[in-house]
Amino acid sequence: MSETVPGKLIHFRRDRLVEWTVYSVAFLVCATFVWIAGDLVRGGIAHLSWDFLVDSPRDAGRAGGIGSVLVSTVLILAVALMVALPLGWATAALLAEYVPADSSFGLAVRYSIQVLAGVPSIVFGLFGNAFFSIYLGMGFSILSGGLTLACMLLPILISTADAGLRAVPDAYRLSAAALGISRTATLLHLLLPAAAPALAAGLLLGVGRAIAETAALLFTSGYVDRMPDSLLDSGRTLAVHIFDLSMNVSGGDVPAHASALVLIIALLLINVVAMRLAAGWQRRKMVSE
Amino acid sequence: MIWSKRNISSPSASAETVSMDTLMHYLLRTAAGLSATVVLLILLFLAFESWPALRHISLARFFTDPSWHPVEGMYNLAPMLSGTLSAASGALLLATPLGVASALFIAYYASPRTAGIYRRLVELLAGIPSVVFGFWGLTTLVPLINQLHPPGASLLAGILILTLMILPTIALTAHAALLGVPGEYLRGAAALGISRWGIIRGVALPSAKTGIVAGVMLAAGRAIGETMAVLMVTGNVVQHAGSLFDPVRTLAANIALEMAYAMDNHRAALFVSGLTLMLLVMALSGMAGWLGRSRHV
Repeated sequence: MSETVPGKLIHFRRDRLVEWTVYSVAFLVCATFVWIAGDLVRGGIAHLSWDFLVDSPRDAGRAGGIGSVLVSTVLILAVALMVALPLGWATAALLAEYVPADSSFGLAVRYSIQVLAGVPSIVFGLFGNAFFSIYLGMGFSILSGGLTLACMLLPILISTADAGLRAVPDAYRLSAAALGISRTATLLHLLLPAAAPALAAGLLLGVGRAIAETAALLFTSGYVDRMPDSLLDSGRTLAVHIFDLSMNVSGGDVPAHASALVLIIALLLINVVAMRLAAGWQRRKMVSE
Repeated sequence: MIWSKRNISSPSASAETVSMDTLMHYLLRTAAGLSATVVLLILLFLAFESWPALRHISLARFFTDPSWHPVEGMYNLAPMLSGTLSAASGALLLATPLGVASALFIAYYASPRTAGIYRRLVELLAGIPSVVFGFWGLTTLVPLINQLHPPGASLLAGILILTLMILPTIALTAHAALLGVPGEYLRGAAALGISRWGIIRGVALPSAKTGIVAGVMLAAGRAIGETMAVLMVTGNVVQHAGSLFDPVRTLAANIALEMAYAMDNHRAALFVSGLTLMLLVMALSGMAGWLGRSRHV
């Protein structure tokens, strides 16, 4: 008895110490997040205005706005999505609906997608420069930047769409087969619409990843900050603009702060919508089972 | 539109329906094949572009040349490799305990409501672009470190920024691994009267171990490949860092800095470092995937 009481006390104290540590780590992470967000808002909010959003940059970005930069960003994003969406969703449909999980083709595709997901963005940049810009002769252009981004987005689109399709109850497939509906029609009219929220959530995650990207675009879409005339023109995205302002332009900190704030707000909106969709999708999944 | 004749496949249906399905199958197979070849294309082009350097420069010279002066034909990558490895391992040392503690907080300590909010916050942290982390580090962290010990832009700044960037990866994967611990283990341990920390250390962490280690490996891959944030805060001097306050340059940052004007062998040497990064990350993610699979067996 005389031994257990101090033993218990030690356990109690250790428990308290660990609890205290865990709570302070959580507090530390929250505080850092608030610190970063606060710094960005404080530095950028005064510079933010409608004119800033629509004007073109002047004097290497020190004056003017980010109008042409936003246009380039949207164009690069559009190119990337137009290539990556059909390719990614078709791959996911094949993996989820057509090939058995343990077939060698399915395994090979899955493995290569998993490797692709881990490739560092600077390596995508090197590849895009060597393949799209030089080998295919697209030069520093919105097109080669968008295609490089499309390669980066494939894994995220495939894994979300794959998970979404697998979550559709088997009863749907069995009923469709019992009604004699062809597999193509089942996929197009039943399974893809049923998985639509997951597809949309994956799409938004991809968009978020794409507009945050810098390293892959430095040597593919380039630095030019004027309004792009065509897809073969060079154009800088918002993330590249922030990088250039803060590293290469002295006195560019204030517009860089404002641009970072625009980027963060855009990402936050995308994130909130994606979470909504994912939550709604999970709820529906529970109801239908 | 489901009821149009084209969409009905019955034994008596025309051959057209069958061919439609086969066509679709081939279409999807082509798309999947294309997606799978992207990785091969990347490896092929990295190898192709680094071939001139590998042919003209012996592999040993990447470590024994006196310095990194590619224009004068000196290609010592060792300082950059040490910069990459020290920044990544420093960040892992900091982020692993912080990330696992965050996961424990979400899984066992916080109330459901607080846990939900904290999880969202960690997810948002994961969504901050690396260029924004770099910019914040440059404008806030570097001046702070500069007051402590000039010049500010240093290995330490890189480690701190990388820690913030990989912490969410570790926390979210560790949380997923903790969720996978069977409830009866925890209830059984609680019924034996083991203290909360005793349950976590003796039951929860050991059974979630492989999942947590896999997450740490994914994070290590991310830390090694990270470019922009590190480039913006580490000062980019090619040297072996003597202390935490010395500026360093990482392999990835080196590529981003010099790619714009690199020619011939210099360019090929940059592709060699890209290939090195790719192989390192592939080995790490392969190991993480292998651990993840062996957990389910």
